[in-house]
Amino acid sequence: MKPRRAFLTRLAAGATLAALAATASLGGDWRQFRGPRGAGLADETNAPVISYGPKSIAWKVPLPGRGLASPIIVGDRVFLTCSSGPQQDRLHIICLNAADGSKRWERQFWATGRTSTHEKICVAVPTPTSDGQRLFAAFTSDDVFCLDLDGNLIWFRALMRDYPNAGNTLGLASSPVVADGVLVMQVETDGDAFVAGLDVATGINRWKLERRKRANWSSPVTLSGVNGTTVVALQSSAGVCAIDPATGQQVWNYPDGASTVPSSTSRGSILFVPSFGITALQTSPDAQPPKQLWRSNQYRPATASPIALDDHIFAVNDAGVLSCGDAATGARLWQLRLKGPFTSSPVALGKQLYLVNEKGLAQIVDATKPEGEVVSELDLGETVLGTPSVANGAVYFRSDGHIWKLASP
Amino acid sequence: MPVILEALDGAGPVAANWLRGAIEAIADRELGAGHALPLDKLGQFLLDVNHQPRARRLAFELIARIDPATADKLLTGMLTDPSPELRYDAVRKIVQQGDRALAETNQPAARLLFRQALTFAREVIQVDDLSKKLRALGETVDLPNLFGFVMKWKVIGPFDSVGGKGWAAAFPPEQGLDFGATYDGKLGPVHWQDFVTTDDYGIVSMNQPFKALKGVAAYACAAFDSAQAQEVELRLGSENSWKVWLNGEFLFGQDEYHRNKAIDQYRMPGHLRAGKNFILVKVCQNEQTEDWAGDWDFQLRVCDRLGAAVHPAPASGATGKGAAQ
Repeated sequence: MKPRRAFLTRLAAGATLAALAATASLGGDWRQFRGPRGAGLADETNAPVISYGPKSIAWKVPLPGRGLASPIIVGDRVFLTCSSGPQQDRLHIICLNAADGSKRWERQFWATGRTSTHEKICVAVPTPTSDGQRLFAAFTSDDVFCLDLDGNLIWFRALMRDYPNAGNTLGLASSPVVADGVLVMQVETDGDAFVAGLDVATGINRWKLERRKRANWSSPVTLSGVNGTTVVALQSSAGVCAIDPATGQQVWNYPDGASTVPSSTSRGSILFVPSFGITALQTSPDAQPPKQLWRSNQYRPATASPIALDDHIFAVNDAGVLSCGDAATGARLWQLRLKGPFTSSPVALGKQLYLVNEKGLAQIVDATKPEGEVVSELDLGETVLGTPSVANGAVYFRSDGHIWKLASP
Repeated sequence: MPVILEALDGAGPVAANWLRGAIEAIADRELGAGHALPLDKLGQFLLDVNHQPRARRLAFELIARIDPATADKLLTGMLTDPSPELRYDAVRKIVQQGDRALAETNQPAARLLFRQALTFAREVIQVDDLSKKLRALGETVDLPNLFGFVMKWKVIGPFDSVGGKGWAAAFPPEQGLDFGATYDGKLGPVHWQDFVTTDDYGIVSMNQPFKALKGVAAYACAAFDSAQAQEVELRLGSENSWKVWLNGEFLFGQDEYHRNKAIDQYRMPGHLRAGKNFILVKVCQNEQTEDWAGDWDFQLRVCDRLGAAVHPAPASGATGKGAAQ
């Protein structure tokens, strides 16, 4: 690159980042699938206790297409994706004002990859993510868009054009994460399988890991690395391996196998893996192999991913039974039959678990009760398959037709 | 804005999304500032069918943002539009009229409207829906003919695909077509045999000629007479591993088992030469034993890029119910 052009590029990049940083907000954001670190827990102190009722619906907004992708919240903005059209090949990225649900902007794109999915789902399944400056929206068609928070396209990758066999005709579901300047895309199918580290500024592959060709719908989660860095835990049928997102180099490996549907969750440095029920791993930020703390097949996370809240681990099985256990020992403490079935995963705000079943019945479980207790319900009246999101004291649900914000009146 | 729309005419799929993003950003900015969008120019662009269909659809959507009533009226004249999306919406309006007639128990009117809609429908979801509506009204619908499914095949197999090795292995049929040849198969000598499917959706089940086998591969080949050289799409659905060749040229394949099957799951552009063409499909079955893993089949149709069936020259008759009979 010629010096002048390089200088102008740096200048432009610096100016853009400065402008972007002005819109970034940290506290209370929910920037990826299941929020901070993919743990399902809101980073909030003094979280309000929400009770559902007619007045708890702060707003409800119609959507232009279908989707399972969770909304994400960055500052005062809510972002989500949809797909529409007879072939579900119209891709929507939408930004709403968190305060009142009004639309700030919407961008539509054409899918470049295959859009065939199981009829229950659609093309807007992976949850978008954000580094607070940019929005990354991935779709089942292997299209990945990076926009600034005002809807201007920064880069676009049509991964199925680069890797034509990287498609799953049931649909892909893995939600990307962003860490240390890299967007980690886990694209694992029977025909082709890889994890790509895309540079957040350009979308270019920083690295690409070949993976076992086996369909996998689980999502990566982030853990603390050494010296303030982050490691990304990649789950698959082979187990879980942690990588350095900057290089793609493996940090540690757990090779005992894991589920390909529900994803791992963490509490601090402990990773709870859907493996032989649930296996709790004490991880280390460096290259030390993880130490197995406990393993219990009394937990059978089905589609919903487990969640760790305070000293407890929770998992929902196929029958809609919520199991609560001691996170330190794995001992099961109680079970509570909820109204299922669940495709979405539970999330937590304060001491409450927020769940929604496939029929759209939102349920709040008070996790502090000795046997757990459903303390509030609200029928959203529509099929809901997407995992709720929690930010700034509010809970967000989405269906194929609407997005709701629920909060204390 | 019209200048950028015109740029979509020659844009590939990736560039098209960049241009679309720019147009939407401009539209937001202009409308947000209280400015008008150039309705006349957008309309001219929309009505010029020489422009790229997606670009015209985008022009239509911009018009719909500022004048939805006019946009809706324009759809009425778009039943034969080159844009699949405009055509879909135009057909949808007729279907809605038919639904209303049906609700008013005016079955003759509903039947006529559904027939008209089916004449112009190209999207699978609409063709399927209309076929069901018409059949419920006692009408006959030749689905294989409508879709252009290839019904007449020659098949050969089984070859050994234990452990999934058959997908990558080049068995004799993909090294050259010789319909009189005999080869060593997995269970003994194999030779080409005729197979005609009668399935409404053109499904060619290898379980019929070869029984329910596991760890096997088989081939199906169809001769397709084309009246002239033309560009077409071969659209395939299968939940088995498969590969497709057209006149010996490999088009695409996917090594995946029992995930899903749908009409038009895979779309492969292909060139038909004038006269006889050969479509060769390889389809493999793995060794899963679950009851939902028993299908060993595919469906394939020949159509234009809009999805309209491309039928072979009459003498060949490889597609449609006529072929099946």
